[in-house]
Amino acid sequence: MIGDFFSATGSLLSIVFSASFIASAIAFSVVMLFGTVGELITERAGHLNLGVEGMMLLGASMGYFAAVRSSSLFLAILFACVGAGFGALLYAILTVTLRVNQNVAGLALSIFGAGLANSLGSKVSNTSTPDNIAKIFKLKPFSLSSPSGPFLTFINKAFLSHNIYVYVAVLVAVVATVFLFKTRAGLELRLTGENTAAADASGIKVTRIKYFYIILGGMLCGIGGLYLPLVQQGSWTSNMTAGQGWLVVALVIFVRWHPIKAIAGAYVFGSLTILGFSVQLNERLSSIPIFNQYIMSMFPYLLTVVVLIAFSFRKKAWPGPKEIGRPYFREER
Amino acid sequence: MFRISKKESFSKKEAISYRLIGFLIGIVLSGIIIAALGYPVIKTFISLAEGSFGSAIAIRNTISFLIPLSVTALGLSIAFKMRYWNIGGEGQILMGATAAMGVSMIMPASTPGPLMMIAMLLAGFVGGSVWALIPGFFRIHMKTNETLFTLMMNYLAICFVQYLYFELWKDPAKMGFPGIQDIPFKARIPYVSGVSLAIVAPLIIVILVFFLIKKTKLGYEIRVVGESEPTAHYAGMNVKKIMFVGVLLSGGIVGIAGAVKLMGSTGTLSSSLGGGAGFTAIVIAWLANLSAPMIIVVSFLIAALEQGAQFIQVRMGVPAAVADIVKGLILMSVLGSEFMLRYKVVVGAHGAKNKLDAIPSDKEEVHHVEPIVETKENAL
Amino acid sequence: MEPNIRKDTQPAFSMRGITKIFGAVVANEAVDFEVLPGEIHALLGENGSGKSTLMNVLSGIYRPDEGQIEVNGEIKDFRSPGDAIDSGIGMIHQHFKLAEAMTATDNIVAGMKKPPKNSIKKDDVLRANILRYASRSPSKTHPKINEFSSRFGIEFDPSIPASQLSVSQKQSVEIIKVLLRGANILILDEPTAVLTPQEAKKLFTVLRKMASQGCAIVFISHKLNEIMTLCDRVTVLRKGKSIETCNVSDIDAYDLVEKMVGRKINLSINKPDPDPKKQVCLEVKGLTYSDSKAVPKLDNLSFTTHYGEILGVAGLAGGGQKELCESIAGIIRPQQGEIMVDEERITGLSPRDITQKGVAMCFIPEDRLGMGLVASMGIDENILLKEYALTKGPLIRMKDVETKAEKIIKELDIKTPGLKHPVRMLSGGNIQKVILGREIHLNPKLMIAAYAVRGLDIHSSYTIYNLLNEQKQKNVSVLYIGEDLDVLIDLCDRIMVLCQGKNMGIVDSSATTKEEIGQMMSGTTLEELRRGVSYV
Repeated sequence: MIGDFFSATGSLLSIVFSASFIASAIAFSVVMLFGTVGELITERAGHLNLGVEGMMLLGASMGYFAAVRSSSLFLAILFACVGAGFGALLYAILTVTLRVNQNVAGLALSIFGAGLANSLGSKVSNTSTPDNIAKIFKLKPFSLSSPSGPFLTFINKAFLSHNIYVYVAVLVAVVATVFLFKTRAGLELRLTGENTAAADASGIKVTRIKYFYIILGGMLCGIGGLYLPLVQQGSWTSNMTAGQGWLVVALVIFVRWHPIKAIAGAYVFGSLTILGFSVQLNERLSSIPIFNQYIMSMFPYLLTVVVLIAFSFRKKAWPGPKEIGRPYFREER
Repeated sequence: MFRISKKESFSKKEAISYRLIGFLIGIVLSGIIIAALGYPVIKTFISLAEGSFGSAIAIRNTISFLIPLSVTALGLSIAFKMRYWNIGGEGQILMGATAAMGVSMIMPASTPGPLMMIAMLLAGFVGGSVWALIPGFFRIHMKTNETLFTLMMNYLAICFVQYLYFELWKDPAKMGFPGIQDIPFKARIPYVSGVSLAIVAPLIIVILVFFLIKKTKLGYEIRVVGESEPTAHYAGMNVKKIMFVGVLLSGGIVGIAGAVKLMGSTGTLSSSLGGGAGFTAIVIAWLANLSAPMIIVVSFLIAALEQGAQFIQVRMGVPAAVADIVKGLILMSVLGSEFMLRYKVVVGAHGAKNKLDAIPSDKEEVHHVEPIVETKENAL
Repeated sequence: MEPNIRKDTQPAFSMRGITKIFGAVVANEAVDFEVLPGEIHALLGENGSGKSTLMNVLSGIYRPDEGQIEVNGEIKDFRSPGDAIDSGIGMIHQHFKLAEAMTATDNIVAGMKKPPKNSIKKDDVLRANILRYASRSPSKTHPKINEFSSRFGIEFDPSIPASQLSVSQKQSVEIIKVLLRGANILILDEPTAVLTPQEAKKLFTVLRKMASQGCAIVFISHKLNEIMTLCDRVTVLRKGKSIETCNVSDIDAYDLVEKMVGRKINLSINKPDPDPKKQVCLEVKGLTYSDSKAVPKLDNLSFTTHYGEILGVAGLAGGGQKELCESIAGIIRPQQGEIMVDEERITGLSPRDITQKGVAMCFIPEDRLGMGLVASMGIDENILLKEYALTKGPLIRMKDVETKAEKIIKELDIKTPGLKHPVRMLSGGNIQKVILGREIHLNPKLMIAAYAVRGLDIHSSYTIYNLLNEQKQKNVSVLYIGEDLDVLIDLCDRIMVLCQGKNMGIVDSSATTKEEIGQMMSGTTLEELRRGVSYV
C-alpha cells in the first residue's frame, strides 16, 4: 500500500519534473500569463473586469481573422488589440462613465465577446495559420544548438526551446512590474485603484487613467487569446479559450495583484491544465482513480477554490485595490 | 462642455422610456455589428422573429427555451436581492439534473411515475442547493469571494458530469460509446398539444418567489440584508442564517430548473444540459431589475432570441452565436441607459437659472433611485 | 491685529455669484467670497449652510452652475481638482483623502507635476528632487519630505503606511501634500473636528506660520472660539447664501451666532436635574474587546449609568465608542467582562433579546444611513425593522406598522411626502428623527444615542437634545456619545472620557472644563490630572 503510494508519487514527480512536461506547461501558460497581467492592470485601476474570456476570444478571432486574410503578423497583433480593446472600451464606457455595476458589465462583455468572436471565427474555421507566420513561431531564438552535458540539455529543452511569443509574455510581466512599482505613472495608477477620490484630489486625471488601463489590460488579454489559434492550435475553434479567461480572474487574486508573481502563477495553472493528458500516458498512474483525466481536469478550478478560501483566512493581508467594485462620481455628496 | 449631476428621483414613465430606449439602442448596435459581419441585417432580424414566433412549432420551441431560463433567473434573483453574486447557475442546473438522474437510477423500476417525478424534482432542489451552499458556506462564514467561487463551481460541475458521462455512469448498453442511459419514460414530463407541461414550473415558482420577497418575513430580511448588512445586524437579524436560507432557496430553484430540463426535454444527462442557461439567466435577472413578474417577460424575449438564433443558423447560415451578440449588447445598453435615471447631463456651464425655477415645482409621483449598480461590498 | 493683510493688494482669489444645486437642494446661491494673501479667513456657518460646497467649488471638485472664480486676478474655469491645484489652490478635506495601504510619501508624491526646468527657486529644486527619487528610491525621498515639513513645524514619518498614522499626522500629510504642490491658497474643512484641543493649538501655530509666509488660508468651522482666536476676518454663510464679511476684531461671538443662525437663540441647552435617587440601570464591568485584526478596542472598561440621567461619553474618533455601543447592544461579543441591566446579565444575549430587556440604540454612523436604517425603504418598512420579529407567523404585517409610522411622523414632526417615501431622500434631521422615534417607541430603560446630531444644523440639533431630555425626565437612562465637547458639557450630567478603549475617569459636567476633558482624551487619567501629572 505504502509502496504503491511511493511509486505513484515517484512516477508523478518524474512526469512533472521532466523537461518535456515543463516545456509544454510553459507553452500552455502563455495565454493565462498575458491575461493575468492584463486583468491585473485593470484591477489596479479599481475595475474588476469579468469579461476576460470575451476579450480573449475577441482578440483571438479578430487577430486570427486578420492573419488569415492578410498573412501579416503585424496586422494580426494589431487586430487582436483592436478587437479586445474594443470590448474593454465598451466595459470602460459602462463602468467608468455610466457607472454600471462592474460584475454585470463584465458578464455582459463576456457574452457579447464570445458571440462576436464565434460569429467571426466561423468565417475562418476551415483555414490554418498562414505559413509565413507559422514559420516565425517555429523558430526557437534562444535554443542552444549543441548543449553539452545533461544539465544544459535539460535547461535547453525545458526553458530555452520556446518560440518568441513565450518570451514576450514573460517580458511583459517584468515590464509591468517595473512600471507598477518603479515609475510615477505606476504610482498614479495604484493610487487611483486604492482611493480614486484621493487620486482625483491630487490632480490625477482619474477618468483618463481608468480608460487607458482598462483598454490596455483588455489588449493584453487579446494578445494572449491570439496565441491559441495562431500558434498553439494553428486553427480556429469556437470558444477555444475554454474557461481560461475565468481562471485568469482567479489568478490575479492568487498572485496578489503582482505581475512578476503572475509568471509563476500562470505556470502552475498551465501545468495543472496539461497534467491530465500527461498522466494518461503513464499506465501505472492512469489506473488510479484520482488520476482519471476527467477528475484531473478539475484541478485548476479546485486550486482556485482552495486559493480563494486560503486568502479569506488571512485577515491581515492586503485585500487588493480598494476601489474595486465602487463607482466613482466626483460630485458625490 | 457638458457635465454630470446627480438626480434625486425619476418618474415611472421616465424609467420605462429610458429602458426602452436602451433596448432599442442595443438592437441598433447589434444591427451594425451584424452588418459588419457581412450578413443582411433586416432579413436576419425578420428571420429571428419568424423563427421564434412564426409558427406553432416555433412558439413551442420558444417556450421550451423559456422554461429553464425563467426558472433559473427566478432562483438567481433571490441571491441577487441579497447582493450575493451567484454566478454559479450553470453548475447548479447541472447538479440539480445530476441528482435527479441519480434518483431515477436508484429507484426501483416499479416505482409509480408520479412518485418518481416528485422524488426527482426534490433531488433537483437538493442537488442545486448543495452545490450553491458550498461557496455559500465559505462566503457566509469567512467572507470568501462568492463571485469567483460560484463561477468555479460551474466548471467543477461540468468536469464532474463529464466524469459520470465517460466513466462512472457510462451506459453498458451503448456498447463502448460514452453516454448515460435515458431516464425511465414514466418520469418524463408529458406534452399537451405539443407544449411541455413543464411550463407550470415557472408559473408556480414566479408566484412563490414574488410572495416570498414581498410578503414574508424572510423576504423582508433578504431585502434588508441586500441593502445593508450592517443595518441587518443592528436590527438583530441573524444575517448568516438569512443568507444561508437565501442561498439554499436560490440554488434549489436553479437545481429544479436542471431537473425539469432533464425530465422535460433532454431525457438524459450530459455536460451540455445547461446549455449556457446559467449565464443567460443572470442577464435576464438584471434586465428584469430582479422583479419576479418581469423575469417571465424578459425570459420570453430572450428565449425567443435563442430559438430564433437556431432558426437563422439553419435557414440563412448566420451563426447562432449572433444571439449572444444581441443579448450582450441589449444588456449593456439597457444597463447603460439607467445612467440617465440616476444622473443628468447638463450641457454648457450655465443652466442654473432653469434649474432654480424648476425646483419648487410639482408633486407628481416620483420614484426613488434604485441603485442596482452600487455594491460597495465587492471586495475580493 | 492684522499684521499680514495688505488691503491694497488684489485678493488671492475671489468667487462671485456662485450657485450650486444638487437635485432639489440649492447648496450655494449667488455667493460672493474673497480672501487676501496672508490672511486667515474663517468661513462660518451651520451644518448644511454650504461651506464645504463652496470650497469644493473652489478646489475644482464641484463645478458651479453659475458664477465666476478669479485667482490672482485671472478668471479661471476649473474642470477638475488638477486645474485648481495648478492655480495654487489646495484643500484639506474633512474626511482625509488618503490611500490607507500606501505610505505617506506615496500619498504625497502621486500626481505631483514636474516643476519648470532650470528653475532656481528653492522649492522647485526640492520638489524636483523629491519627484526624481519618489518612485525609484523611497529612502532618498523621505528625508527630503522631512526637510520640507520641518519648515512649517510639521513632523511625521513619511515611510509608514497612512493607516498607521494618527489622525493629526494624517492631517499633516494632507497639508504637506498640498504645500508641495505649490499651494498658496489653503482651504481647511473643519480641521479641528478630529483633533484634541492640544493638537488644535499646534495646528494653529502651523497655520499662522504659513499665513506669515503669504499664504491665504480659508478656515471652515462652526466653532466660534477658534475663529475668534485664530482668524483675521470671517465670512458667514446661512442657507447657502453669504450673509456678511467682517473683521473678527470688530465683532463679538453673540453677533456671529445670530448672523449664522439667523435669529437670536439661546445657546445654552436647558438641563433638567437628574433623578436624585441614582438608581443603577446599566453596569459595565471589565469590558475588553479586540477586533478581528487583534487590535484592542476596549480595555478593561467599567462604569455604571443611572436612571433619569444622561451619561456622556467623550473621546477621540476610534477611541472605542462604537465598540462600546455594539457590545451593549449585543452586536459584537466582547472577549471579557460583563454587562448588566437592572442587575441582570445581558452579555451573550442576542441583539433581539437585549432589545426586549429594554435597551434601545440610535447610532448615527458617518454616512448617516449605513446602520439602523435601510436607505431605499420608506419610513414604514424602516419601522418594521425592529417590529417584524415581535409578531407571530412567517408573514409581515404592514397595517400595524403603517399606523405606528404615522404616529411617529406626527409626534416627532417628521417632514416627508409620505410614509413610503425612501428615507434617504429625507433631510438629515428627519432621517435622525426616524431612528430616534423608532427607538423611543420601544419604551426603553436604557437609550444609547451615539452621534445623534451628526451633521445637523443647530435648530435640528436642539430638537434632538430636547427629545433626549424628555427621555431623561421619563426616568430613562441615557448614554450619549458625542463629539462636540461644549455640547457634552451642556447636555450631560456626567461625562466619561475614553482613550484607546480605557476609561480615563468620569467627571461631573458642572465641575469640569473642555481642557480637562481634552487632556483625558489624549491619555491622562483623571487621577493623574488631579495629582498634577500630565503627559501632554
